Amino acid sequence: MLYFSKLRILFIALFSLLFVLIASSNLFEIDDGFFDKKINLGLDLQGGSYLLLEIDNAPVIEQKLQNLTTSIRNYFKEKDIKINNIKIENQNIYFNVLEQNKQTIIDTFTDENSDINPYYPRFKSHQLEIEDTGLNFKLNFSRQGLIVLKTSSQDQAIEIVRRRIDEVGTNEPNILKRGNNRILVELPGLDDPMRVKSLLGKTANLTFRFVTNTDNDSFGVEKLKFEDGIDEATVSKRIIISGDNLLDAQPKMDTQTNETIVSFSLDRVGAKRFGKATSTGIGKQLAIVLDGKIISAPVVRDTIASGSGQISGGFTFQSATDLALLLRSGALPAPLNIIEERTVGPDLGQDSINAGMIALAIGFLLVIIFMFVKYRVFGLITNVTLIINLFILLGILTLFEATLTLPGIAGIILTVGMAVDANVLIFERIKEELKDENNNIVAFDSGYTKSRTAIIDANITTLLAAIILFFMGSGPVKGFSVTLGVGIFTTLFSVYFIARLFTSLYVSKNRDKDKLI
Amino acid sequence: MIAFNKYYNHFNVVSSLLITVSLVLLVFKGLNFGIDFKGGTLIELRSTDKKINVSSLRDKFSQMNLGDVSVKKFGNDTDYLIKFENKDNKKNIIEEIKINLDKSFGNNFDFRRVENVGPKVSSELLKSGVIAISLSLAAMLFYIWIRFEWQFSLGAILALFHDVIVTLGVFSLFSLEINLSIIAAVLTIVGYSMNDTVVIFDRVRENLRKYSDIKIFELTNISINETLSRTIITSATTLLALLAIYFFGGEILKGFSLAMILGVIFGTYSSIYIANTVLVRLRVSQKTVLRDDNEK
Repeated sequence: MLYFSKLRILFIALFSLLFVLIASSNLFEIDDGFFDKKINLGLDLQGGSYLLLEIDNAPVIEQKLQNLTTSIRNYFKEKDIKINNIKIENQNIYFNVLEQNKQTIIDTFTDENSDINPYYPRFKSHQLEIEDTGLNFKLNFSRQGLIVLKTSSQDQAIEIVRRRIDEVGTNEPNILKRGNNRILVELPGLDDPMRVKSLLGKTANLTFRFVTNTDNDSFGVEKLKFEDGIDEATVSKRIIISGDNLLDAQPKMDTQTNETIVSFSLDRVGAKRFGKATSTGIGKQLAIVLDGKIISAPVVRDTIASGSGQISGGFTFQSATDLALLLRSGALPAPLNIIEERTVGPDLGQDSINAGMIALAIGFLLVIIFMFVKYRVFGLITNVTLIINLFILLGILTLFEATLTLPGIAGIILTVGMAVDANVLIFERIKEELKDENNNIVAFDSGYTKSRTAIIDANITTLLAAIILFFMGSGPVKGFSVTLGVGIFTTLFSVYFIARLFTSLYVSKNRDKDKLI
Repeated sequence: MIAFNKYYNHFNVVSSLLITVSLVLLVFKGLNFGIDFKGGTLIELRSTDKKINVSSLRDKFSQMNLGDVSVKKFGNDTDYLIKFENKDNKKNIIEEIKINLDKSFGNNFDFRRVENVGPKVSSELLKSGVIAISLSLAAMLFYIWIRFEWQFSLGAILALFHDVIVTLGVFSLFSLEINLSIIAAVLTIVGYSMNDTVVIFDRVRENLRKYSDIKIFELTNISINETLSRTIITSATTLLALLAIYFFGGEILKGFSLAMILGVIFGTYSSIYIANTVLVRLRVSQKTVLRDDNEK
């Protein structure tokens, strides 16, 4: 156990040196593609916001079912089958048919090539499940149908979220999917998350619709409130143009009224429709509806054929900027709810770094002093090993560009405390061996050999805990499991290669000395 | 040699009492869950105006219609920790609070930290925390079952349960907050306690093979003594590191390091006085380990 070849010594020295260099590279700006890697600071250390958004898919499902009822009715109308009493209740579609049509309905919905009920070969399932009691049918989304729907609304939502956050211009945001209905947003360095929160909290569903006075509009009507929450207007459900038709939107100053407005330009289809609507609707009020609230309802005075227009609504410059931003980035497919938020200000982050570093320095110092007092020369060996161990640990974290969090720093400090354990086990064992063994070399050798199973066992148990924590833990706690887990490997390496090397060098030189340890 | 075995019975009574009291506390008093597990909002404020104090701040917050609000000093004199349930999960609650505070105290507050955990997320976090702890106990059980004979596994697992339950019992007794980092601490305690037990067990097994004529009652004592200096030194260095975190690592890590400190103390105690006594009570002998060797 105590013999080291020259080659091995060289390898250990180079390996340690490499990691010392990598770890030190965190302190310098190096730009060579290898040493430019850095440890990332977690949001709790550099400050920033962590937002977990949940997509509220209920409106999407409702909308989808609404569309389905129309297409079912039309689809079967072409086949001369009458669908009776079709209605939506609790996310189910109910309808009934005549006896002679029953089988056709069942066949249509269960056909793998069905036009009306898509089949997903990958899941071996249709989009919709059909159930019948006599002539009454019940349709609802199958499990897979729901998954497909949720995944697609998540895909759309994450795109819109990304666009909105990019527009705000935070640096290096991290936007990730979580499950099939959540989006995780990490915004490092963001001091005030309120603007982002309010931007993400809006669906930004924009529609232009005429205000009507009659209730017998063929598209149906609905009563909507103005932004102030007091005034109301009856608005047709017919959508003239929607946010999808917008090419661009910008905040502007109206020089005539001295009011902040949002000017927009429309795509070809939108421009055409807008032109047509404004030419036939002169004198009518056109309501601009955002997320179910009327921003303003100006009277159409002229045909607008240019495909551009403006929205006024008593905006401040900030609110006009945000509205323009929302319109540019598009509407979310469904509302987002912020179900978890963790924001740390930059100065608290810095305080945490300072406190963590002081604790690390003091903990390290205490352990080093303790070990030196207890073991003298071998304490010194342990301490040097401990320092190299720390560098290797930081080096590996750097190499993998791991994220260091406050609990992560705690994990490093804990590693310092526990790393000496292996050496202590070895040294204590050697002491025991020396009681009945006069040859130092033999005693040291068997000390290393006999303590090995205990050391391996002991480290595996801690490693198991760290692995479980890594998979179950979230955010900062995950950082703890990373440093703790990596720390176990670096500790074993430094104990069995570095400390053993020093020990062997020392013991070979002083093989005849009494009371070596 | 210290006669640890003289007190096996006494400390078994003590351990049983500790566990019983802890369980009673956990069942009847329960744990003080933080917003991670209960849901709600937490704000860490720093005031720049020395005249602002806890009671004026508390008064102000109780007028804001936030439900049950707790306002506490946090670390130094200018820092406060505010917690409330945020039952209706109001979206712009932080803005409202900011405006309210500015109105009464002027613009004298720095919002250092804001955490808001919805009810759904908190119940998920609680669930995954419980799963994580159960999984880690199961993993330890599995590992030690592979490495040792079943009598040893039972001893180690009883020791683990003791450490986890008593640590949580202390948290319940003093109404200390349980948050995500406490779960991390408990898992680390599980790892540490196991580590400690395994080192002694390793020696017990070795000695069992070596001496056929020493009874397990004596043998465990010999093994404990042989590994004692290691037990003390490792506990000491780990505690030194943890104390450094507790006193210098900032307010956020206080609960975490406290749980770990308790865990290390209980873990060291249980390795000696629970794990080993199980071996004694199960009358483990040389046959136990030799039979196993033959099988392998």
